[in-house]
Amino acid sequence: MELLIQFAYVVSAALFVMGLKQLGSPATARRGNMISSLGMLIAVVVALLDQGIVEYQWIMIGFAVGAIIGASAARLVEMTAMPEMVALFNGFGGMASLLVGWAALDASAGSFTLITIVLSILIGGLTFTGSMVAYGKLSEFVGSGAVVFKGQQIVNSLIVLGILYSATMFVQQPMNPQWLYLVIGLALVFGVMAVIPIGGADMPVVISLLNSYSGLAACAAGFAINNNILIVAGSLVGASGIILTRIMCKAMNRSLANVLFSGFGSVKDDTTTVEGEVKPISVEDAYYVLEAASTVAVIPGYGMAVAQAQHVVKELQLLLEKNGCEVVYGIHPVAGRMPGHMNVLLAEADVSYDLLLEMDDINPRMENVDVAIVIGANDVVNPAARENEGSPIYGMPVINVDQARTVFVLKRSMASGFAGIENPLFYKDNTRMLFGDAKESIGGLTREFE
Amino acid sequence: MIPAEVFLTFILMLSIFLGFELISKVPATLHTPLMSGSNAISGITLVGAVSLAGTGHQDMANWLGAGAVALASINVVGGYLVTDRMLAMFKKKGG
Repeated sequence: MELLIQFAYVVSAALFVMGLKQLGSPATARRGNMISSLGMLIAVVVALLDQGIVEYQWIMIGFAVGAIIGASAARLVEMTAMPEMVALFNGFGGMASLLVGWAALDASAGSFTLITIVLSILIGGLTFTGSMVAYGKLSEFVGSGAVVFKGQQIVNSLIVLGILYSATMFVQQPMNPQWLYLVIGLALVFGVMAVIPIGGADMPVVISLLNSYSGLAACAAGFAINNNILIVAGSLVGASGIILTRIMCKAMNRSLANVLFSGFGSVKDDTTTVEGEVKPISVEDAYYVLEAASTVAVIPGYGMAVAQAQHVVKELQLLLEKNGCEVVYGIHPVAGRMPGHMNVLLAEADVSYDLLLEMDDINPRMENVDVAIVIGANDVVNPAARENEGSPIYGMPVINVDQARTVFVLKRSMASGFAGIENPLFYKDNTRMLFGDAKESIGGLTREFE
Repeated sequence: MIPAEVFLTFILMLSIFLGFELISKVPATLHTPLMSGSNAISGITLVGAVSLAGTGHQDMANWLGAGAVALASINVVGGYLVTDRMLAMFKKKGG
């Protein structure tokens, strides 16, 4: 029986790997997700056959509660709120690993097991509170800016030392609960401290990193209870999170350490000077320009998500295409609040995914674009990143909309975006500002077409 | 016989490399579903939680296990469903 269970875990590990492989293309991704869920089903059913289990009551209650919450959240969540949901789920995963590590503790545990228990509690705990803070920031229950205070590094170093000390003591005296509680408490506090100094626009990095932690926590729990499948699945998730984190950091031209410790939101030494003046444009005039355009590139940002403008954007795309115009979308890797956020929103609005171009694909085409429409994006189209060495975002790869013949920037007002970085784009000769709510502005444009 | 610690670490090492190979092939357009899908996979902790929650003793491990079962099933059920919901929306024109 034990042998059968172990072989079933091999099968489900294979299914996870196949599932992730099929995620390599949008055409097969949905099937990949099903294959992966089949792997999960097998693993769970087999785990229920474990002879150690004599009572199913608590398992079933736990499962029913979790399944109902999970299923309703999955059905009800708005696509714009995906980052919040992923943050929340990361946190639950971390907490589950913490609890498993804790429950795995018994008097007979050797020191290797004890170390893995501590790791599972630590990573799980900090993933939990870190994700909760990230969730709070994303859903704006708490301020989304960076919280930095004097002596923060010192406080954090003390917490880390405290964690190391109590973890060491715990491994030496596993049956003395005070060390265990101290480790749990410090891990929870550390999660909060680690995420508060990270500002709103850095959220894609944090979410990816926490995603990776939730996998690593599962991995550590796997070591603690001597279970292969937890290790395999956990490390696949851990690797996935790390890769996404790396992509996000690269897209912002910053090191991970810089994102984690610097409190970017507090940067004030912006030396960008702007020349020229802002030229507003009316919806009607914008329509005349668009009507004459033969190539249009849409560059969405978080503002599109806030204004829920993805559906009207799609309408505008159809009208433009009917007018003989080619429409493509340029997606910056850190546009939005999580990796791929814009792609999901546009997919929701039924935009074909082959029209969504990555930054490196759209930039060479930019010179041939008649009109670039920037919807609620700011830093990711800021030419200062290319031109001005004094800009805080200098060196960050951006979408070069300023090279298009005309640029429309849809923006609520001239208030500067995140971190108060000046955007010279708004003052360029070929830029026109279309002020107002993005959804209404584009709605106005579509009405002009009809 | 390989000691369990070594054996498990071996598996860890291989799966991390495999994970890097697999995930680096996922296109940027699918990164959100990738995150929610991998989130569901990290709910694998459920497997560990199940064995700890069903010991039948009304002790700490049992309660902690039951809590872990609930949290991990939110991840598994919610994660897979929402990923499927998203992926169903990714369409190619005319397809």
